[in-house]
Amino acid sequence: MTALLKTNGLTAFYGDFQALFGVDIAVREGETTAIIGANGAGKSTLMRAIAGALRGEASSVMLDGQAIGDRSADEVTRLGIAMVPEGRRLFPSLTVEENLLMGAYGRKVAGHWDLENAYDLFPDLKRRRKHSGTALSGGQQQMVAIGRALMSNPRVLLCDEISLGLAPTVIRDIYAALPRIKAGGASVVLVEQDIGQALKAADQVYCMMEGRVTLSGKPDEMSRGDIHAAYFGEAAA
Amino acid sequence: MINWMEIVVQGVLLGGLYALFAAGLSLIFGVMRLVNLAHGDLIVFGAYAILMLVTLLGLHPFAAAAVAAPLMFALGWMLQRFVLNRTLGEDILPPLLVTFGLSIALQNALLEGFSADSRRINAGALETASLALGPMSVGVMPLLTFASAVAAIFLLNQLFYRTELGRAFRAVSDDAATASLMGVKPERIFAAAAGISMIVVTLAALYLGMRANFDPTIGPARLVYAFEAVIIGGLGSFWGTLLGGVIIGVAQTVGAAVNPEWQILAGHIAFLIVLALRPRGLLPRVEQ
Repeated sequence: MTALLKTNGLTAFYGDFQALFGVDIAVREGETTAIIGANGAGKSTLMRAIAGALRGEASSVMLDGQAIGDRSADEVTRLGIAMVPEGRRLFPSLTVEENLLMGAYGRKVAGHWDLENAYDLFPDLKRRRKHSGTALSGGQQQMVAIGRALMSNPRVLLCDEISLGLAPTVIRDIYAALPRIKAGGASVVLVEQDIGQALKAADQVYCMMEGRVTLSGKPDEMSRGDIHAAYFGEAAA
Repeated sequence: MINWMEIVVQGVLLGGLYALFAAGLSLIFGVMRLVNLAHGDLIVFGAYAILMLVTLLGLHPFAAAAVAAPLMFALGWMLQRFVLNRTLGEDILPPLLVTFGLSIALQNALLEGFSADSRRINAGALETASLALGPMSVGVMPLLTFASAVAAIFLLNQLFYRTELGRAFRAVSDDAATASLMGVKPERIFAAAAGISMIVVTLAALYLGMRANFDPTIGPARLVYAFEAVIIGGLGSFWGTLLGGVIIGVAQTVGAAVNPEWQILAGHIAFLIVLALRPRGLLPRVEQ
């Protein structure tokens, strides 16, 4: 199966600081791809570079054969890559429903996801649709952020640290929505520090350290020792 | 005997003019946190534009304003898209410097083009028409100004809270980087806001020009009233801006009734009192 989304030798810089060193990943259609790694490994930078928030060489990011590495974030979104940003980043001046509607701003995209289906996926949000997004619990805010990204009916959904700071039961609820998100037509890229969660959910895993991919493969083919070494840069004790 | 009731009514109506001066500024600040120091000069520029249309084409001032409004929208859109967007960022100084420069350039261009003579837009019988409201006689022009201010504030509020563009205004104001992840181009949203602000500026210019004499140098004083109205009302709140305009207007007419020399001073003192008691204004948007 060919990849829907690929990065080719992707590099990224913050000023003079190089954060990514030739990262190659491939996201296959209909699959969940997890990017794991410690803090500062470059996972979020990779997401930002794919989403267009950090621009680079056109050919460094390919979506379905189209070079998009030099496109701006709004163009990348319109091409079918939506992002659930780290920290959720809801718009505090907007209600829950308005936050969701912003996901499809200025366009009608044919597909499964609309307000009704987003509320069906996360019923809690329907009851609180007139509330300010920031008045919700952390888990509900994460649901808004995911729903907002889905509203653009993306082909690829980038989820940056969606379990960060949430209670285990809430994380379980959010991960329970993943199969329906995939059934709605999106391939999912998860950035996770929680290795266990990532390995359970993913079809393909990439482990990053210091801006490079140190391990990749299917979760059931990876040994604990391999992951430990790729994650921390040292052999498991 | 001083008729306080009449003085307060005159003050409220004058506040409508100040609210019109301020509404465009409030919109720009609410959307992009940009303080446009050329706002007053743009109002004066608008008044000259309307005057030109009245003089050259023989249009009624209201028709002239309707012709000027889309041109002013285009001017605001281009100014934002090609000049002011480049100044926006973490540092608040560049937009202040650039709009300050624009203010000076506009004043001098108007002086070159129209000389320092003061002008007025002739509104005919409307200038002196009045209505009897109970025991009071109220000028039609101040009433029209106030009604226009209420209508402008109402429409801006509807735009901001009831339309998709308004949602985008609020979203980019909250977090432009995240808004661009939603497929929004913040620079286009900013340009749209600047264009709409210039339509309100045109309305302010119409009443400025019909109600009193104007010359190329009076922009900065209008900017000060606009600023005070925005800050009294609470940054980014349109109804607050109207309230701010009314407070300055009433303070000025009451001050003038006590002593004619106190008119302008009383408005500024009212502003300082509100600033001291409620530094975030009376109706700040974030508390809604």
